[in-house]
Amino acid sequence: MALLEIKNLTVQFDTPGGVVHAVNDLSYSVEAGETLGIVGESGSGKSVHILALLGLLPTPPGRIVSGEAWFDGQNLMAMSDRALREVRGGQIGMVFQDPMSSLNPVLTVGRQLKEVLVRHTDLRGRALKDRMVELLDIVGIPHPEARLSQYPHEFSGGMRQRVMIAIGMACNPRLLIADEATTALDVTVQAQILDLVRKLKEDFGTTVIWITHDMGVVAELADTIQVMYGGRIMERGPVRPVFHDPRSAYTWGLLNSLPDEGARTQRRLYQIPGSPPNMAKPPAGDPFAPRNPFATERCRAEVPPLREVGDVPGHKVAAWYDLPALLAAQKEETQ
Amino acid sequence: MTGFILRRLGESLLAVWGVVTIVFFVTRVLGDPAALLLPIGASPADIAQLRSQLGLDQPLIVQYGQFLLHAVQGDFGMSFQHSRPAMQVVLERLPATALLAFTAIAFGLIIGGIAGSVAALKRGRAIELVVMAVALLGQATPVFWLGIMLILFFGVNMGWLPTGGYGSWQNLVLPAFTLAVFVSASIARLLRSSMLEILKEDYIRTAKAKGLLRSTVFFWHVARNALIPVVTMTAILTGELLGGSVVTETVFSWPGIGRLIIQAIEAKDFPVIQAGITLIATIFVLINFLVDLLYGILDPRIRARR
Ligand SMILES: Nc1ncnc2c1ncn2[C@@H]1O[C@H](COP(=O)(O)OP(=O)(O)OP(=O)(O)O)[C@@H](O)[C@H]1O
Ligand code: SF4
Ligand SMILES: [Mg+2]
Repeated sequence: MALLEIKNLTVQFDTPGGVVHAVNDLSYSVEAGETLGIVGESGSGKSVHILALLGLLPTPPGRIVSGEAWFDGQNLMAMSDRALREVRGGQIGMVFQDPMSSLNPVLTVGRQLKEVLVRHTDLRGRALKDRMVELLDIVGIPHPEARLSQYPHEFSGGMRQRVMIAIGMACNPRLLIADEATTALDVTVQAQILDLVRKLKEDFGTTVIWITHDMGVVAELADTIQVMYGGRIMERGPVRPVFHDPRSAYTWGLLNSLPDEGARTQRRLYQIPGSPPNMAKPPAGDPFAPRNPFATERCRAEVPPLREVGDVPGHKVAAWYDLPALLAAQKEETQ
Repeated sequence: MTGFILRRLGESLLAVWGVVTIVFFVTRVLGDPAALLLPIGASPADIAQLRSQLGLDQPLIVQYGQFLLHAVQGDFGMSFQHSRPAMQVVLERLPATALLAFTAIAFGLIIGGIAGSVAALKRGRAIELVVMAVALLGQATPVFWLGIMLILFFGVNMGWLPTGGYGSWQNLVLPAFTLAVFVSASIARLLRSSMLEILKEDYIRTAKAKGLLRSTVFFWHVARNALIPVVTMTAILTGELLGGSVVTETVFSWPGIGRLIIQAIEAKDFPVIQAGITLIATIFVLINFLVDLLYGILDPRIRARR
C-alpha cells in the first residue's frame, strides 16, 4: 500500500521576472518500506515539491496551484495547520540540505533535539535525556552527553549534519525525507550515514525519500529511482532496469556523464551540455527537448505523458519515442 | 571571559578619561572662569587674586593634573550658580532623569515589541502597512512639537494632566509618552526588519519541520534571534535618555540632567558642565559595557570568540 501518494501537484513562484513553474503536475507514490531516490539537476523542483506537501513553502512568493498529497489516508494539502504540525517532525521526519544554516545558532544542540521529542513523544526527565544521548550516539557523534550542551558553531559541518539526521529520525518517523543530506559531507562520513539509514530501515521499516545529485548514492541506497527535470518526472522505476536500460534521454545523459570512479571520489557532479531551462519561460513541450540531441518536433511542441516501458513493471518514462531504437540506429550510423 | 571583562573595563575607563580630558580643555578654551565669577568692572588685582585662589595661574598641565585628581574623587569644584559641589547638583537631578528615561524605555519596549512583531508576522497585510506608517510618523515627529501638542491638548484644552513639573505620576505621563513614541517607533521598525530577516533563515524552516507549536517557533527561534540587534538599540536609547532628554525636559519643565546642563551652559557654570558631562559619559560607557556582556549571553557565537 502506498504510504505517500502525490497527485497532480503544481507549484509556482510569483517573481519579478515572471511566474516560475517550479513543479508541474507531479504525481507519484511511495510504498511503505520503500526507499525512493530522487535525482535531477539543480532547479528541477526536488526541494520545492517536498516543502509544498509539508506546508513549508514560503508563500508568497510560492503558490500551490493544485495537488493532493495522501499520507496514511489523509490529504496533507487539505489539512489544517494544526493537524499538519502533528505530522511534521513526528510521523514525517525531515533532513534538510545545508547543515550550516539549518540549526539555530543561539540554542544548544540538546535543546534543538529535545524540542522535537517533547513535541511528539511522552518522554520526559531521565528517559528523555537518555533518548537524546542515544540519538546522538546512533548517528555517530562521540561523547554525546557532553555534546548536548554545546552550540552548533562548536560542531563541524559533518557533525551538524548528523545532528540534523538525529532530529529527523528522533521520533521514529514512518517517512524520512532527506534533501541532499550528505552532499556537504566527505565520502567516509557519507558512507557512515548511508549505513545508518539502512539500519534505520531494517530496524523500523522506515520509508525513505532520499534526494540527491549523486547517482552512486541512489544505486547504493534506493529501491526506486525517480529522475526529475523542469518540475516533472522524466523517468522512474526500480533502480536496476533504469540504470541498465534508461528510456529517457535525460537519464541516459545523466548516466553517461557520470564521472569515473576516481573523479567521483573527488565529489564531482555530473554535467550534461547545455543549461537547465528557465522555468519562468518554460518550453512548450518537453522541458529537456532544447538540450536533447534526440528531440523531435513533437517533443518540442507537446509534453509527453509518463507511460510504462520495458519489461519490468513500474518502469515509466515520459518520452515520445523509443530511446533504445534510436541509440541502436545511431550506433549503426557511426559504424 | 574574565579576560574579556577586564579588557572591556579597561577600555571603558579609557573612554571616560578621554571624555573628561576633552571637557577640561574645551571649557578652558571657552573663557576665563575667574573673569566670569567676579562682577563686571572688577579690578585686575581682584581677578589675579581669584585666579591664584582657583589655581588658574598654574601651567595648564598642572591644572589638568589637579582636575583629574579631583575628578576621580567626584570633586568638580563648587557650582558658580548654586554654591554647592557641582557633582552634588548634578546627582540631585539624576533620579528625575532616570525615572523619565526608564518609564519611556519600558513603554517603548512593550509597544514597539508588539507593533514590530505584528508587522513582521502579518507581512503583506494591511495591518503591517498601518503599523509601519504610524511608526515612521512616530520616529519623524519632532519631540518638541509632539510635546507642545500634547500639552495643548491634554493640559490646556482638556485640563486632564499638568502641563509640566515634577512630583506625581500625572506629571510623568506626558513627557514619558512623548519619549516613548520615539522609542517605540524605533524599536518597532528595527524589530520588524530584524524578524523578517530571521524568518527567512533555514533554521526557522527546520523548526517548523519539527512540527513545533507556532508560539515555540516564534519565541524560541524567531524572537530569540531577532532580539539581539534590538538589545543594542535599547541600550543606546537608554544611554541617550539617561543623559537627559534636553528638549523634553525643557518643554515639560522636568528637573532632569539635560535641562540642568543647558542652564549651566547658559550661565557658564563650568564645574556643573564638567560634572554633568562626565557623569553622562560614565553612564553611557557603563551601559555599553553591560550590553557587551549581555550580547555574550544572547549569542553564544560571540561568547566563543572572546
Ligand atoms: N523562494 C523562491 N522564489 C522563487 N523561485 C524559487 C524559490 N524557491 C525555489 N524557486 C525555484 O523553483 C525551482 C525549483 O527549485 P528547487 O529548489 O525545488 O530545485 P532543486 O531540484 O531542489 O535544486 P537543488 O538541487 O539545487 O536543490 C527553481 O527554478 C527555483 O529557482
Ligand atoms: S520526450 Fe523527447 S525530448 Fe523529452 S526526454 Fe523524451 S525523447 Fe527527450
Ligand atoms: Mg534542493
